[in-house]
Amino acid sequence: MKLKFGVVVFPGSNCDHDAYYVTKKLLDQESEFLWHKEKDLKNSDVIILPGGFSYGDYLRTGAIARFSPIMESVIKFANSGGIVLGICNGFQILLEAGLLPGVLLKNESTKFICKDVFLKIQSKNTSFTAFVEKDVLQISIAHGDGNYFADEKTLAELKNNDQIVFQYCNRKGDVDSESNPNGSLMNIAGITNKERNILGMMPHPERCSDKILGNTDGIELFNSLIKYLTN
Amino acid sequence: MYKATVIVKKRVKILDPQGKAVEQGAKLLGFNDISKTRIGKYIEFFVNTTDFETAKNEVIAYSEKLLVNPNMEDFEYSLEKAE
Repeated sequence: MKLKFGVVVFPGSNCDHDAYYVTKKLLDQESEFLWHKEKDLKNSDVIILPGGFSYGDYLRTGAIARFSPIMESVIKFANSGGIVLGICNGFQILLEAGLLPGVLLKNESTKFICKDVFLKIQSKNTSFTAFVEKDVLQISIAHGDGNYFADEKTLAELKNNDQIVFQYCNRKGDVDSESNPNGSLMNIAGITNKERNILGMMPHPERCSDKILGNTDGIELFNSLIKYLTN
Repeated sequence: MYKATVIVKKRVKILDPQGKAVEQGAKLLGFNDISKTRIGKYIEFFVNTTDFETAKNEVIAYSEKLLVNPNMEDFEYSLEKAE
């Protein structure tokens, strides 16, 4: 059985083709682009909100994309238990849509950061991480606004409900301030919702999935998802 | 018709690295008395109504729904009659 991935395309998305390539060509699943002005999710099993600069990041990252017609359907889909993955700008859109708590501020350094980082898988209780054997993944980030912030109450809830999925760490898996690239509270790189069907993450697993690029840690997340949903 | 101006400010608890960077520029230029620089947004637009209360309610609703993210920002607005 093949899964069907729907990759939403907003004006300014620029990682949509990478997400399509990974799901269709590398994972050999069905995949289809979903234009933001449409409302039809075309029977997708999984929705990906890709990285990029939707609406030029004007006003706030993800703030305008969040009101695109397709998002009405994505929100309904997510609220009824559908699997949604938001990568980078996709994560920012999920936060603006209120599907995940908190906000992503400008990086503490004010610089756009593009480099490989190490991620500690803090929770394997998600479809994307359940079958990943490694505890630390090397995945690239590329963002100017990835500095995760939430009030203390929200942070405590995230922690108590095991909603923190990825934290920036060093090669050995130690979560320390030196490994925090952007100032995120608690080194947060990715979180899930209470129901665990929505994942938002700043790092780009789709950019390190193809062997030809020298690092395939990213594809482990997609492999885990497929195993989880097809078993 | 009313002209609205909305000023969006980062909440006090939110760090403002842009403000900090700009302030470093101020120090380089010798403006040593400058402190606590915060960068926000200024947004202006017109509201097509002759009723003040309607204009006010629309500005607040619009700000809360789109212009401002309450997780990190507060806002102030003003309204003036326009031709």
